[in-house]
Amino acid sequence: MHSEHKILSKRQLSEEVYRMEILAPLVAKERKAGQFVIVQYDEEYSERIPLTIADADEEKGTVTLIFQTVGASTHKLALKNVGDSIVLLGPLGNPTHIENYGWAVCVGGGIGLAPLHPIVKALKNAGNRVTVISGARTAELLIMQEEMKALADEHIIVTDDGSAGRKALVTEPLKELCSRDPKPDLVVTIGPPIMMKFCAATTQPFGVKTLASLNTIMIDGTGMCGGCRVTVGGKTKFVCVDGPEFDAHEVDWAQMLSRLGAYKSIEQAAHDRCHLEMSLQKLAKAQGAAQDAAETITERSNNR
Amino acid sequence: MSHMDRARHEALAREELVKIRSIPLSPKARLQIPVQDMPSQDPMVRRANMFEVATGYTPEQAMLESARCLQCKNAPCVAGCPVRIDIPGFLAKARDGDFAGAVAVIKRTNLLPSICGRVCPQEKQCQLTCTVGKALGGVDKAVQIGRVERFVADYERGAGLLAAPPVTGSTGKKVAVVGAGPAGLTCAVDVRRQGHKVVIFEAFHKAGGVMVYGIPEFRLPKALVASEAEVVESMGVDFEMSFLVGRTRRLNSLLKEDDFDAVFIGTGAGLPKFMNIPGENLVGVFSANEYLTRANLMKAYEIGKAATPLYPSRRVAVLGGGNVAMDSARMALRLGAEEVRVLYRRTREEMPARGEEVVHAMEEGIIFDFLSSPTQVLGDQNGRVVGLEVLSYELGAPDESGRRRPVAIKGSEKIVPFDTVIVAVGNESNPLISRTSPELSVDRWGHILVDEKQKTSIERVYAGGDIVLGAATVILAMGEGRRAAAAINEVLQ
Ligand SMILES: Cc1cc2nc3c(=O)[nH]c(=O)nc-3n(C[C@H](O)[C@H](O)[C@H](O)COP(=O)(O)OP(=O)(O)OC[C@H]3O[C@@H](n4cnc5c(N)ncnc54)[C@H](O)[C@@H]3O)c2cc1C
Ligand SMILES: Cc1cc2nc3c(=O)[nH]c(=O)nc-3n(C[C@H](O)[C@H](O)[C@H](O)COP(=O)(O)OP(=O)(O)OC[C@H]3O[C@@H](n4cnc5c(N)ncnc54)[C@H](O)[C@@H]3O)c2cc1C
Ligand code: SF4
Ligand code: SF4
Ligand code: FES
Repeated sequence: MHSEHKILSKRQLSEEVYRMEILAPLVAKERKAGQFVIVQYDEEYSERIPLTIADADEEKGTVTLIFQTVGASTHKLALKNVGDSIVLLGPLGNPTHIENYGWAVCVGGGIGLAPLHPIVKALKNAGNRVTVISGARTAELLIMQEEMKALADEHIIVTDDGSAGRKALVTEPLKELCSRDPKPDLVVTIGPPIMMKFCAATTQPFGVKTLASLNTIMIDGTGMCGGCRVTVGGKTKFVCVDGPEFDAHEVDWAQMLSRLGAYKSIEQAAHDRCHLEMSLQKLAKAQGAAQDAAETITERSNNR
Repeated sequence: MSHMDRARHEALAREELVKIRSIPLSPKARLQIPVQDMPSQDPMVRRANMFEVATGYTPEQAMLESARCLQCKNAPCVAGCPVRIDIPGFLAKARDGDFAGAVAVIKRTNLLPSICGRVCPQEKQCQLTCTVGKALGGVDKAVQIGRVERFVADYERGAGLLAAPPVTGSTGKKVAVVGAGPAGLTCAVDVRRQGHKVVIFEAFHKAGGVMVYGIPEFRLPKALVASEAEVVESMGVDFEMSFLVGRTRRLNSLLKEDDFDAVFIGTGAGLPKFMNIPGENLVGVFSANEYLTRANLMKAYEIGKAATPLYPSRRVAVLGGGNVAMDSARMALRLGAEEVRVLYRRTREEMPARGEEVVHAMEEGIIFDFLSSPTQVLGDQNGRVVGLEVLSYELGAPDESGRRRPVAIKGSEKIVPFDTVIVAVGNESNPLISRTSPELSVDRWGHILVDEKQKTSIERVYAGGDIVLGAATVILAMGEGRRAAAAINEVLQ
């Protein structure tokens, strides 16, 4: 039975972020900005991990995935090497609706910058003026910056700790941009749900159309299970087939956040086990370091 | 209910066999042979494991049960079987201990008897019309056709006799089969037999459709489904797994660019229905599809190995009364729930689930709240389920389906605590293919419209199974797969 896709290249972009190029000619050919794939590191026990197609090369027949090791499954994926094969299904979800809106502001937070990239590219190609806001906790986690710089008409960088660009949250410059006259015609936001929630709250008073790409928990990714459902505009939507992009002002963010947290304690345990077993990170080295890392992990999963 | 172990079943059957062999059997004597119960795991043991509940007849039981058949000339049972198995024919062979001969008779029309023997709703199909049942005044007294079918199929596998149907020389024609469920697998086999190249495209990473992601291990072992898929593969059928037609490739591209001479669509009814009551998106509310997929396909029960979690539940409500509801409830019990209640709007008589599954569920300690249905799901401040508001019903006049319509009793609302709610009220058809192929005609529920040969509104495109019938059965899906294959083979001649 054939379903394997070879990893052609692998690069570690930062301590927690990996980039892989995977041979999947049909997916590379069909995919459009905004779509994602589901990958599995094996066929027996792997979780089905949704990841956005960050880029694709139709000629080489490859798709590029950029992912952050946030839990057990993404860690195991990161352990795969060039030449190994993974299971890959896609392209899934609806492509971003691209047209010439005029002025588009694209807000990416952390790993969200990866899926934002093809959208920025497509908006640019459609003739939009594009402002990119890149945000991350710290400079180390700012990815895709060269690509963004090359594409954006205007590029604003913010970090939580001020280690790169402005010391601010993405919502600060976003608010400033919305206050300009004329205001942006479209805002696209991809990042941690809490960030997207606040972006939505920022643009709403200005009445600027805002799209958010939701990263709910998924299983099949084909509309079969309903595990990815959220309430949008009072109606139940399946993110994998009705989304992943929705009008950010209509999303029930509180519900989205609580559904994402459904397995937190189990995931945390799996993640911890993963760290122990694989000694992927140098956690065991010093007690202090372990403490720090554990804290950041908890902090991050609290933020998601 | 007292539970009897396998050795006891075997001993009783042996005694009985000796008795009936000493005398020539009149129909009357046949009617006196006791119906053979299915040996099964002790309910109190099995409710905590994933092993198969029903362990299958012993050879003595199979012969004895087959001896109950009166070999009716008009064989009303055959008309009740969607694929028209020669039932008296195979029972006569099984009665004489020629199990290989019996399975050969079955396989003339049914390619997957070990599966049908386990999951067919026999009491509504072949066994419903059985003369013996009629004579003894109850469908539960009918010849247990499905159990014998399962026995001889398992015998074939156990004896290493399982063989792929022969394939005739290559024709150079190419057929695409979308979906590796029972409809798709059956169609693939029949088309391949005629020497056409067959490629199955399947969205999941495992073949079997609902048989791998929905129906649980304890009812249909996954190794069995896998071995059936291997037989199909050994015939030279190609499987392209993790391939979503409509997304990875469109129907049109398969026909026009990839040069498939015909396509069969057997994509099932994979779109979960919800009840549309407040609170259904709270954490802890699952569609049965999600719950069972996590448990079966993603193996959540192999704790420590599987990466896809299911959090531990204590009090589980299952909404619905079909097979899917029974499977969800019994799975929840096996995953460690303390109390599992099935809420069903009607009564036991109207339950669409297979009779045996309801009995098994009751034996295992599942509680049934008949004539009740929730009006809303209640949650805490963290968005997690804490209970249901439940309304009681009574049965009113029969509706158009002939079943008495449940009528709500005003003011009967009460609040029942639960931490997990599994919604098992049915499936609709997945619109992916019809949405990406506008020329494909569907009805207002999204079922693909076909003619009597399973042909769709597009030339060379056929469809069958749940995507045509709505949520149906394994055997009906197989029947449609076969009919489509016959039509495809005719066209490709
Ligand atoms: C459409 C879509 C596109 C995505 N694109 C990317 C991407 O390009 N790069 C990337 O790094 N991540 C992306 N994600 C998120 C990625 O799928 C999850 O980070 C990953 O599944 C977490 O698995 P884990 O076992 O490593 O972590 P877990 O231990 O399972 O979880 C860690 C955290 O991630 C959240 N999470 C768990 N499972 C999922 C899931 N299936 N989807 C989303 N969040 C989850 C949990 O709430 C938890 O807080 C995307 C998600 C979706 C739905
Ligand atoms: C929990 C449960 C219990 C059941 N119990 C019984 C029982 O006891 N007895 C009984 O007779 N019936 C039972 N049924 C019903 C029975 O399983 C179905 O009627 C039968 O499986 C339908 O077969 P199918 O081949 O039409 O579709 P499915 O079995 O649904 O298979 C369809 C396949 O197509 C794949 N697919 C879907 N879309 C695409 C696409 N676009 N591209 C590629 N692949 C695709 C799916 O992944 C799936 O593998 C049960 C169903 C459920 C859910
Ligand atoms: S296939 Fe199903 S309906 Fe037909 S004889 Fe076997 S058990 Fe009965
Ligand atoms: S109807 Fe019953 S008794 Fe008659 S042939 Fe069929 S199985 Fe035998
Ligand atoms: S992931 Fe299953 S329906 Fe969306």
